[in-house]
Amino acid sequence: MAGKPKLHYTKGRGKMESIRWLLAAAGVEFEEQFVETKEDLEKLRKDGHLLFQQVPMVEIDGMKMVQTRAILSYIAGKYNLYGKDLKDRALIDMYVEGTTDLMGMIMYLAFQPPDAKEKNLALIIERATTRYFPVYEKVLKDHGQEFLVGNHVSWADVHLLEAILMAEECKPDILSPFPQLKAFKGRISNIPTIKKFLQPGSQRKPPADDKFIAEVKKIFNI
Amino acid sequence: MSGKPKLYYFDGRGRMETIRWLLAAAGVEFEEQFCETREDLLKLRQDGHLLFQQVPMVEIDGMKMVQTRAILNYIAGKYNLYGKNLKERALIDMYVEATSDLNEIIMHHPLQPPENKAKHLASIIEKATMRYFPVYEKALKDHGQDFLVGNQFSRADVQLLETILMAEECKPDILSKFPVLQVFKARISNIPTIKKFLQPGSQRKLPLDAALIPKVISIFNIGNE
Repeated sequence: MAGKPKLHYTKGRGKMESIRWLLAAAGVEFEEQFVETKEDLEKLRKDGHLLFQQVPMVEIDGMKMVQTRAILSYIAGKYNLYGKDLKDRALIDMYVEGTTDLMGMIMYLAFQPPDAKEKNLALIIERATTRYFPVYEKVLKDHGQEFLVGNHVSWADVHLLEAILMAEECKPDILSPFPQLKAFKGRISNIPTIKKFLQPGSQRKPPADDKFIAEVKKIFNI
Repeated sequence: MSGKPKLYYFDGRGRMETIRWLLAAAGVEFEEQFCETREDLLKLRQDGHLLFQQVPMVEIDGMKMVQTRAILNYIAGKYNLYGKNLKERALIDMYVEATSDLNEIIMHHPLQPPENKAKHLASIIEKATMRYFPVYEKALKDHGQDFLVGNQFSRADVQLLETILMAEECKPDILSKFPVLQVFKARISNIPTIKKFLQPGSQRKLPLDAALIPKVISIFNIGNE
């Protein structure tokens, strides 16, 4: 059945947010059905809609796709955001795995017990500023191009912008040692589809608050 | 510089094992350089060989590739083990992400504190037999073909076999309720490149010996980074 992709997830960022970003960047309109209670999740499972009993799930092109990376790879491939050959794809994959690792740390911060939060936040900032951002800063500086890979916008650019904005929510001046990334952030944020996604009223989700975390824990039995 | 791919990791399965499986299945000879101490890892970092300071790292086709999934995707793409179009790739990706999830849980089992081990093992067995294996059993049963996707050998078949064998190490009769997977296991094990990899003396690594756990923890500074 053709039509807009339909996203099944909780009404928050989590593992679905990168998918929202990529669809939005590609200019693809999508619908969302939110899992608000444990019963909602159980119903999706009982009705056989979740291949491995998990969300994210995205209905797209006649498939009920699951597994975040599978979904992202499909969208990137379909909308020409995955480079032009195997070697471009290799670079894009390396870069997005790096930003995935960083964003994963930030995502789990909200679920840490209070005494671990401070230590983990410090680790996130250390990793962002000594392990991850220096790599992307150097890549952009070395080739002097607008985009990370192959002189063409790709999934890697969208994902890095998402990671930068999440990191800035942890520490607003986190980009201060990274002039290339500051320029990159300005540039990618101005791409029309992305600019639209960054405006209030879009389907972009806010950071999780304590109330939302409590709901998510109940839904997923964490 | 052409030549055989060269794998940088410690002398054990960990995150590199799936890469060894895929190269072997593709019939690609490879070399390995092992990190035996933390200093070995630090040297690789200091010499600028690790993009994000981490292993696995594979030197292949002039690149120093890092990130397990990036490496696997590249090998699969290069050696025609990734399906023939975007939809087949989507199906393969879904299948291998799930086997990866199960592998990840099994990989962490030796690192569980003793008081957690039994519960953790039970959780592995439950996930394998209730969440993952039924999916592959049904997929193979429904289309009746030899391979998971597109009637053609792919990384999904290799990765599923790897996972099945790891799960059997946890519980030898774990496939007892999955007749189609039992046949699949035998069939894929008999593919010549894979058969060779399954023989003693290959580069396939053994399960992590309990005695080696402190060494692994020390090399990777697990718990502190």
